[in-house]
Amino acid sequence: MKKPNDIILRGVTKVAVVIIFTFAINLFFAGHHNPGGGFIGGLAFAAALTLMFLSYDVDSVRANFPVDFKVLTAVGVLIAVLTGMGGVFFDLPFLTQAFDYFHLPIFGKTELATAVLFDIGVALAVIGTAMVIIMTISEDR
Amino acid sequence: MESLMSILIGVFFAIGTYLILTKSLLRIILGTSIISHGVHLLIITMGGVKAGGPPLLGLGSTSFTDALPQALILTAIVINFATTAIFLVLSYRSYKVLGTDDTAQMRGNEDE
Amino acid sequence: MSLLHIMILIPFIFAIFVPLLYKLFNSRIHTGWFVLIIPVVIFIYLLRFIPGISSGEAAYQSLNWIPSFGINFDAYVDGLGLVFGLLITGIGALVILYSIYYLSKEKEALHNFYVYLLMFMGAMLGLVFSDNILVLYVFWELTSISSFLLIAYWYQREKSRYGAQKSMLITIFGGLAMLSGFIMLSMMTDTYSIREMFTQVDTITGHSLFIPAMILVLIGAFTKSAQFPFSIWLPDAMEAPTPISAYLHSATMVKAGIYLVARFTPVFGGTSEWFWLVSGIGLITLLYGSVNAVRQTDLKGLLAYSTISQLGLIMSLLGIGSAALYFGYGDEADLYAAAITAAIFHMINHSTFKGALFMVVGIVDHETGTRDIRRLGGLMTIMPITFTVAVIGAFSMAGLPPFNGFLSKEMFFASVVDVSNLTEFNMDTFGILFPIIAWVASVFTFIYSMILVFKTFRGKYKPERLEKKAHEAPIGMLISPIILASLVVIFFFFPNMIGDYLLKPSVAAVLPAIAENSIMDMYITPWHGWNTELFMTIGVIALGTLMYISLRKWAGIYRMYPQSITLNAIYNSALDKAQSWSASLTDKYMTGYIRDYIAYLFGFFILFVGGTLIVTNSISFDASNNAPVNFYEIALMVAMIVAAFTVLLAKSRLTAIISLGVLGYLVSMFFVIFRAPDLALTQLVVETVTTALFLLCFYHLPRFKEQVHKEKKGVPFKPLNLIISIGVGVVVTLFALSANGTRLFEPIAGFYEDSYKLAGAKNIVNAILVDFRGIDTMLEIFVLCIAALSVYTLVKLGLSRREK
Repeated sequence: MKKPNDIILRGVTKVAVVIIFTFAINLFFAGHHNPGGGFIGGLAFAAALTLMFLSYDVDSVRANFPVDFKVLTAVGVLIAVLTGMGGVFFDLPFLTQAFDYFHLPIFGKTELATAVLFDIGVALAVIGTAMVIIMTISEDR
Repeated sequence: MESLMSILIGVFFAIGTYLILTKSLLRIILGTSIISHGVHLLIITMGGVKAGGPPLLGLGSTSFTDALPQALILTAIVINFATTAIFLVLSYRSYKVLGTDDTAQMRGNEDE
Repeated sequence: MSLLHIMILIPFIFAIFVPLLYKLFNSRIHTGWFVLIIPVVIFIYLLRFIPGISSGEAAYQSLNWIPSFGINFDAYVDGLGLVFGLLITGIGALVILYSIYYLSKEKEALHNFYVYLLMFMGAMLGLVFSDNILVLYVFWELTSISSFLLIAYWYQREKSRYGAQKSMLITIFGGLAMLSGFIMLSMMTDTYSIREMFTQVDTITGHSLFIPAMILVLIGAFTKSAQFPFSIWLPDAMEAPTPISAYLHSATMVKAGIYLVARFTPVFGGTSEWFWLVSGIGLITLLYGSVNAVRQTDLKGLLAYSTISQLGLIMSLLGIGSAALYFGYGDEADLYAAAITAAIFHMINHSTFKGALFMVVGIVDHETGTRDIRRLGGLMTIMPITFTVAVIGAFSMAGLPPFNGFLSKEMFFASVVDVSNLTEFNMDTFGILFPIIAWVASVFTFIYSMILVFKTFRGKYKPERLEKKAHEAPIGMLISPIILASLVVIFFFFPNMIGDYLLKPSVAAVLPAIAENSIMDMYITPWHGWNTELFMTIGVIALGTLMYISLRKWAGIYRMYPQSITLNAIYNSALDKAQSWSASLTDKYMTGYIRDYIAYLFGFFILFVGGTLIVTNSISFDASNNAPVNFYEIALMVAMIVAAFTVLLAKSRLTAIISLGVLGYLVSMFFVIFRAPDLALTQLVVETVTTALFLLCFYHLPRFKEQVHKEKKGVPFKPLNLIISIGVGVVVTLFALSANGTRLFEPIAGFYEDSYKLAGAKNIVNAILVDFRGIDTMLEIFVLCIAALSVYTLVKLGLSRREK
């Protein structure tokens, strides 16, 4: 493969990636009440990473983002399963989710739900899967 | 709208099927992608279109579009992504190993 | 789960640990010693039932298996089951003891052997102790499978594989026939329990399915018990190691058919069809087996045909005994009930003397390296103990005193003589055949018994023809045959010991109605005066001796029978034809082209979905409830169709991939129109990532074929493909239109609209994903995880192995 040396792409990427990351995290937390959620947030995050791969090469991204995505996938699945187990300890069916409202210092009245934890697991698994697939293919030259 | 959608879905299925029946692996994958688009549209059309507002309680509308098909499709889209990836990698590997992407030439030996 | 169930299941459970024991201890202790514990323990456990059973009680334990279908694992122990259970475990223990010396722990794959053996033992116990016919069927097939595995134990040999396949094909065929018979029975009686069927005999006898059900059940029994003409598998099953032949193919498994016939006698018995089929086939088999045994040169082949013949004898006795049910109760019924007694008694005797003979043959084979009668001879002085056992077994088989075979043979003669006086069932015309066939077959039985003993152990010792230098077997190998041989003698002198404790309760199980109303005075005695039976025996001995001496002169007539019309030849050619025919049929449609297979799938889809729509007359079109259409929506649709066609017609890959991306973005716009913001977002992002993926692989995949062959313009056109794809499109459209026109149920979405109250979420779709249907999502991320791992494995690991 030819080494792409596109200064404009790289310049744009630097800015765009930050924006997409922020957007992805926003999407993720919006998911509870607005469009968004684990799948979309995770995929958007993965899209940003893909953009980085396309404009830079794999090694330099890996140096700046030292995460083994296979492990990330597994951790995501594990978090999801463990959240599901939570209900079992309270003698409820597997994957029963709970939520309640709390008054936190800065945020004011805030809703905390175990569903968000579950969603984190989903997001991590999605990011991990997408990145494993893309990196595996792009590394195999 | 639903009738028109049905026809559109039919066209998607026909094109996808034709692509799947060709010999090139890449075309086959393209075909499955088109068919899965057709399936997604089929499911959401069956759930009834434009029957109400988006399924977001925050918007304050009184009636909502059926949210269940949407949840199903959301799952389907993500799974479809994974299967497409596997398809692609499979065809890529088989091309590397066998030196062809023509399914007609991938026939095994008589004894296999 | 009661102790009874544990008893049936323990061989299976123990079998799991056998490979472990083999691995840990085989270098020091023969695995057989561990396995031996199981049958011994079960045997002792079963012995404890004898007092209860002989006083007329029966043990019953139920265990729910699939209660919604009425299928329960009901264990039921009565006299008949107990006799079989004792045989299975008793002979089993002796056979395992024998196998410890027979199979070398260094050379043989003992873990396989004992796992199969235990599997068989458990299956057999389950068969005889289950009251539910479906459970019985499952165990029945398990015995076939374990028999298959054991025959093929030395699977390197071609003949073993042939024999295993043959036995499998025939017994499984019979098993399936039996299953359909069972299903008919349950249709007639609306129960799966055998004992409940006994209470509905009148319903069954009057039902139109009575004859088919009876024939099908009998096919099952006849194939298993190697009755004519299904007997051909048994001689080939002799490729199994000798302990297995002794255990499965003479003492237990082949008697499963006998068990089945005995068990179902109360249901079917008393009719002329049952009487004629069972006793007729039994007598034919008796004659066929004994005549063929004489010409065998392989000792095990001889024993195989002799087993077939003896099974025929038992079968015919059961048939004769079923006449008792015709008479209700009274003196006549007692007369025929005696035939059942004889059948079960002979079955026990057969297990003892035939087991001993098989073990003797195994010893001869083991110590001399051959089982060919023509090469053997003069072993009497070299192997005195083996010779003694052989004499006891063979003389008992021939029906000579003072061995147990004499008693049951006399009872057999008595029964056939009695039955020839019967006037019902057309017996006044054909009745005389019964004693004649029985007598002729017994003469041949006498001859082959003598061949077995004298050709092997007398005559000239020919060491140059043997592979090994013959010597007496080690003592461990002799224990089991000696025990069996002593039983042969003990049963002769104390027959009523078994009579009271085992035979009476089992006859009561076969003929329950008669047992309740008569005393059933059965006293077995060796001496009962100068009657017909005794003269028949004397005749057998006289003619048999004469024919044995002149064997060489008349044996030539065997060669006059053409080989091409033997049952074996018919079986072989049928098998060959079936194979070549199915191969040519398969070749016609299994072309090896994936495209063809996909075309079949789509063709089936069109026929099935389209056909269903037409047959159920459910094609409907109702546009009245349709949502209104905007101009820009139509524009979008047109754009999508254009994009899809571009994918189809594109000549370069890049165009196709990008058009597909365009299509995906257009779909996400439709999701916006359809008020599905979550979907639109997801589709948008997924499409981006997928396109990136496609482009990554794009570098690797070859150009479209048309680009390589520039001379060809456009996509090669295939009319059939076009027809199929248009068909699929039309069917899907029709399906979508019809589904839209008819709404059968109210949508269930209303429940989810409470998501804020139930899950604290205002986004209903997200609430469904993470809360209401969280398990779906969890499994979905499992799928993702698996996909990622497969991609990784395919690329990384696949490559490294190829590169080696």
